[in-house]
Amino acid sequence: MSMFEAWQYEFMRDALWMGSLIAAMCAVLSCFLVLRGWALMGDAVSHAVLPGIVIAYWCGGPLFLGAMVAGFFCAVGSGWVKRVSRIKEDTAMGVVFTGLFAMGLVLFHKVPSDLHLDHILFGHILGIVEKDKPSIVVISLLVMGLLWIKRRDLLFLLSVAIVVALKSVGLVLVTAMLITPGATAFLWTDRFDRMLGVAVMTAVLSTLIGLTVSFAWDASSSACMVLCQSGFFLLSWCFGPKHGLLRGR
Amino acid sequence: MSEQSNNERVSLVVEDIAVRYGNGHAALEGVSFSLEGGTICALVGVNGSGKSTLFKSIMGFVRPSRGRVRVKGLSVREALRKQIIAYVPQAEEVDWNFPVSVWDVAMMGRYGTMNFLRIPRAEDKRVVDQSLRRVGMWEYRDRQIGELSGGQKKRVFLARALAQGARLILLDEPFTGVDVTTEEAIIALLRELREEGCVVLVSTHNLGSVPEFCDRVVLLHRKVIAYGPTEEIFTESNLLAAFGGQLRHFHFEQSTIQSHDGRSVKVLTDDERPLVFGKDGHLEYKNREGREELLQKRKQEP
Amino acid sequence: MMEQWMVPFQYEYLVKAMVVCAFVGAVCGALSAMVTLKGWSLLGDALSHAVVPGVVLAHLLSWPLAVGSLISGVLAAGAMTWVKAHSRLREDAVMGVVFTTFFAIGLLGISLYPSQLDLKSIVFGNVLAIAPKDLWQVIGMGGFVALVLLLKWRDMMLFCFDEQQARVQGLNVRLLHAVFLLLLSAMAVAALMTVGALLVVAMLITPGATAYLLTNRFSRMMILSAVFGGVTSALGAYASYFVDGSTGACIVSLQALLFLLCLWWAPQHGWFAQRRREKEVAS
Repeated sequence: MSMFEAWQYEFMRDALWMGSLIAAMCAVLSCFLVLRGWALMGDAVSHAVLPGIVIAYWCGGPLFLGAMVAGFFCAVGSGWVKRVSRIKEDTAMGVVFTGLFAMGLVLFHKVPSDLHLDHILFGHILGIVEKDKPSIVVISLLVMGLLWIKRRDLLFLLSVAIVVALKSVGLVLVTAMLITPGATAFLWTDRFDRMLGVAVMTAVLSTLIGLTVSFAWDASSSACMVLCQSGFFLLSWCFGPKHGLLRGR
Repeated sequence: MSEQSNNERVSLVVEDIAVRYGNGHAALEGVSFSLEGGTICALVGVNGSGKSTLFKSIMGFVRPSRGRVRVKGLSVREALRKQIIAYVPQAEEVDWNFPVSVWDVAMMGRYGTMNFLRIPRAEDKRVVDQSLRRVGMWEYRDRQIGELSGGQKKRVFLARALAQGARLILLDEPFTGVDVTTEEAIIALLRELREEGCVVLVSTHNLGSVPEFCDRVVLLHRKVIAYGPTEEIFTESNLLAAFGGQLRHFHFEQSTIQSHDGRSVKVLTDDERPLVFGKDGHLEYKNREGREELLQKRKQEP
Repeated sequence: MMEQWMVPFQYEYLVKAMVVCAFVGAVCGALSAMVTLKGWSLLGDALSHAVVPGVVLAHLLSWPLAVGSLISGVLAAGAMTWVKAHSRLREDAVMGVVFTTFFAIGLLGISLYPSQLDLKSIVFGNVLAIAPKDLWQVIGMGGFVALVLLLKWRDMMLFCFDEQQARVQGLNVRLLHAVFLLLLSAMAVAALMTVGALLVVAMLITPGATAYLLTNRFSRMMILSAVFGGVTSALGAYASYFVDGSTGACIVSLQALLFLLCLWWAPQHGWFAQRRREKEVAS
């Protein structure tokens, strides 16, 4: 009964549609990131966008522009640190993204705003309002379309996608949405097309199940969605048709 | 540590070992050979022939699924505890930016014999000092290791093996990134170690230098293809069996080297020393007279 | 004018926070030298997120923090190694999947028991209002890690530099590996109490990376990074009085600034020094 009760509410239906779109977009991105060995780039960039968001808000500009600049700055900055010094790549990335994130936090406290830090960090999918919807739909479709056509470089798309994804699961767990579906799909198939399909499918299903569970338990929706994705990963790791744990033995 | 006890001759006996990878494929299959003290032995094979797996099983990092390795009659574990085995890594395996000096690296050779806190005693310092002088790196003792040339880097790690007082020394591709002069300096040092009764096992794909300084050869391709004295093992057919199509052949016809150049051939190559066979398949050496004397002497040895 | 800057010292809680932060920062700093040299920056990131469910569990069952963090740290490290060994995924992807899963479990726990757990204090740390019980645990864990580092730093150096040599010499490399993970988990929790889960990773990387730019000797690097970690943490706690933001954010911002300074002006490995050398070579 409670399973269907959830979907009587409009905010839940909105959350499902928007969440699924965002999850699908992140899933497509995650396939590229996992194959490129950039899995933790998502982690770094998602933290690094915070100062960009705060500054953009402060200047009254569009948030995604600020986030894009900050994300770009993080990627270029860590590359620069690695090139000019003897610091290794992963360390450089860690130093740069934590530094940017911390400065973003300091700025956030200094700049009076009606942004909610909780919502940025942990998402606020149940509180999506009408005016957010067009931008979510347009950006996620655009990102997926571009990736589908171009099938390559995505660094600038990454920060755009992250800004949208913040609405869904928040900055802290967007890393999961940018890795887990791709990793799951990678265990299922060797073909890239199918990999994209599997990733999107598990991500959308996770949104559905995660939202249902979070409604029933009154638990954090972002944590539930991410844990569903982890569940799918675990399942495919054990039972994957080609590379599953039980197959290989 | 009792350096004296380590000064005896060692032996390395590899008995029918087999190693399998995680996916079930065989890395080594029934590999056996034995080496007595006072030997430099080359371990020759293509990449993926199991050279590094064999090294790892001798060092006890990989447990063979069959067979065993004995060093000086001891198990690998005990041999490691007695500091009999030393390992000189490939240049690519080392983080040359690591903040340690030449002295620090050589001192790492003493860790196995130091106390719980690894604070160097006078004895440790003396041995490290001596080892660094022996490889000619004492003047560089305060340099960070990344500031050295390719050959100097190699010598630092040899000093570490010396400081350890090891009797079985494993060298992984010691001549990559090393110029010819340094290569000869390293070979000279290895010969000294042979005189002292050590077993030196050198893994290499650099064929040309093998006959110059190795007494014995193990040709490896998952199995031992051939094993024995260099002169007997280094034949065209054996090498073809070990390397398959990976060797480049230059066949000089009789006419090009006959009488008009006094039977001397000049071969120029870029980085690695080429292996040259004479007319009836015997090995050619850079310094033939010296080599023959050595061979004569070795035959007279009991 | 001067008095204004002295105001923070009138508050006992702030002075206490500065001392605790300096201590935790210094120990984290010393550890960070090893983390960066071993190339375990990502592991530091992963473990700092992975200990969160342990902290939640410890709060809910009123266990000591060390026990909870140990359990989740070991579980996460084990899961990463195991999944890595039995799948064709790259290490970074495996780490990403595992640590986000653990962090999500932690968040789920917090959201299920909102009355008993404070999300903010776990995510951002709460050193200004740290409970005496937690304070002693933080000091205990920091002290333990400091002691181990002080006694065994040479073994750790060899472990970071050349694992094979350590094994050849009969050192117990598995034990060292486990100890290293244990120290990381313990410090991740201690730092979580001071700067919060999201910024722990900076405490475990940045001071080490900064010191790495300044010296060519391991022992000096450890001392320098400990000093950097300690000083920036104390200053950050002090500054947080004026910024009234989170203490962690101030500390980590300072560490990042210090890193940037050294990146440019370090005498030998800094950007300017390298440019000067290049010019000398060119001329």
